[in-house]
Amino acid sequence: MEVVKIENITRVYQVGKVETQALRGVNLSIGNGEFTALVGPSGSGKTTLLQMIGCLDQPTTGSVAINGKDVTKLNRNQRADMRRGTIGFIFQFFALIPTLTAYENVEMPLLLNGHPPKERRERVMELLKAVDLTDRANNRPDQLSGGQQQRVAVARALASKPTLILADEPTANLDTTNGHQVMDIMKKLNQETGVTFVFATHDPRVISYADRVVTLEDGLIVKDTK
Amino acid sequence: MIQILKMAFRDLGRNRRRSFFSALAVGGGLALLILMSSVIEGEMGSALESAIKLQTGHIQIRAATYDENKSSLKWEDLVANPDEIAGQIAALNQVKAATPRLYASGFLSSGTQSASAKITGIDPMSPASDPYREGVISGNYLSPDDRDAVLIGKPMAEKLNLKVGDNVGLSLNTADGNVQDQAFIVKGIYTTGTYGFDSGTVFLPLAKAQAMTQTENHASTIFVLLNDTALTDTVAPALSVSPNLEIKTWKDLNALFVEYETFAQSYIAIFYMIILAISASVIINTLIMSVYERTREIGILSAIGMRGGRIMMLFLAESSMLAIGGVIMGLIIGVLGTLYFNINGFYIGDMGLSGMAIADTIYAKLTVDNLINLTILTFVVTMLAGLYPAVMASRMQPVEALRAEK
Ligand SMILES: Nc1ncnc2c1ncn2[C@@H]1O[C@H](COP(=O)(O)OP(=O)(O)OP(=O)(O)O)[C@@H](O)[C@H]1O
Ligand SMILES: [Mg+2]
Repeated sequence: MEVVKIENITRVYQVGKVETQALRGVNLSIGNGEFTALVGPSGSGKTTLLQMIGCLDQPTTGSVAINGKDVTKLNRNQRADMRRGTIGFIFQFFALIPTLTAYENVEMPLLLNGHPPKERRERVMELLKAVDLTDRANNRPDQLSGGQQQRVAVARALASKPTLILADEPTANLDTTNGHQVMDIMKKLNQETGVTFVFATHDPRVISYADRVVTLEDGLIVKDTK
Repeated sequence: MIQILKMAFRDLGRNRRRSFFSALAVGGGLALLILMSSVIEGEMGSALESAIKLQTGHIQIRAATYDENKSSLKWEDLVANPDEIAGQIAALNQVKAATPRLYASGFLSSGTQSASAKITGIDPMSPASDPYREGVISGNYLSPDDRDAVLIGKPMAEKLNLKVGDNVGLSLNTADGNVQDQAFIVKGIYTTGTYGFDSGTVFLPLAKAQAMTQTENHASTIFVLLNDTALTDTVAPALSVSPNLEIKTWKDLNALFVEYETFAQSYIAIFYMIILAISASVIINTLIMSVYERTREIGILSAIGMRGGRIMMLFLAESSMLAIGGVIMGLIIGVLGTLYFNINGFYIGDMGLSGMAIADTIYAKLTVDNLINLTILTFVVTMLAGLYPAVMASRMQPVEALRAEK
């Protein structure tokens, strides 16, 4: 079964009297374990589409199903529960909680899911090791480099073993070396754990990692290559 | 939950100065409330106690027709057998003292100066007269058989330029409506710390006052002091007196004061509300600012699946920490401040409220009741103030929050 199944969604933004059609009827299925890149020019609707998949926003029309469950009918709390249980997020800015250490940031989803302390501890250490940050566990975000922060974000996205990870331009604020390091880690985790990745990007170096490339233009999918 | 508290605590630590000043706003508000209520309690309490001790007693027995504003000396307006009634009442064991007193209006003159006075005949030996004896600051106290001695208050002495041993003319109204003059010697000068009382009240021994006013052995009133103010409601109804007499309690005799107190309470409530509104608005401001600054953080928490309810808890945890910090500061400042005014008092001078025995120095008095009530009130108001920003944070849409300040 597909992890993501999108049927004919549109999203219209209305600012004052101006309407923007960010998505104009998108159909997309993403299978389990895929490593998919969403590409397209600025303003083509990549972020909007990721927000639909991630239950952060709702389509104007059409439906989104995650793991076979229609999420367009869910209320706020149900969507929050959905995100907590099955979706991990990585953002362009290094979206960590500034008052918490790397360790605590990674632990956050586990706390929200009510895992017992011992299990949390093991899982956090395992993840920090996977992103090669064991020695930075007790640093707060402002004591970490951009690349390190983004790796903490990757670890956090994976913490509660989601089936789907959504990344919006994860390397846009990183230099080449750090960008590659983050992509290498994501790819490795995809191969080792089979978690599905969908990421939006402009960066040709990043696109080369993908095993499927979906191209958006002006709110429509114009190309889909595996 | 522990994580939420930890996060809230660190969030406050992130902007220490702002957190400190917001807590201080709460604390300052509470301190002010404590101080105000203590000063008022002190003023009301001591004013009432001193009015009772100096002027009205707990209970008075007097003729039903007596009008205290006129200080009438007609025999039918007086108590005919005061010593007997006083003796009976004094025998009750809740009673500290029961003593006849005679009031006459008159004036004192010295050289070209004169001043009106409430001439008060007292039994100098009665315990009810202790406050006057204890108040003597120069010269001597009266003795029952003095025949040409007066005891005058310090403000009166200053006004008429009198010293102990000086001659002073005393004129007063008599029972038959005439005026009687006599020269007296200032035997002593007293102060009770109550300007309104001291400036007008002149003491004579009761026997001399009766002789001079030709009221023989009559008295204006039987002045009764109890061992405790709270006993009034049990003792007064139990007294029985002849039908031409009536029993008045301190509540009747201080009606003006009681009225003033009720009136003052409503004023005070308005003040309290203003103070609380100020602290509340500081808290609301701080938290709204903090919600805006952390829009993105709220978005992240929401994106990783934190429900609105928990986000609200996070902000409520912050406001409760501010409230606790503020309340602690407020208690410390408030109690220390009150202690200072409790020991040193706080001079208000002559407030010019005639007819009321308001002391010229107020000593703050803190009651546990007030302390607890005000602390709870402040805490609750602060928490309520935190509610709006917390709801605001919990209602944020994750997308909007994530887009913010990119
Ligand atoms: N909240 C919003 N209100 C109004 N218009 C919006 C909003 N969010 C996005 N849009 C518009 O929708 C369209 C798609 O935006 P989106 O952010 O999805 O593009 P994108 O492909 O992610 O672009 P980029 O590569 O620059 O990130 C754009 O025209 C954008 O201006
Ligand atoms: Mg985008």
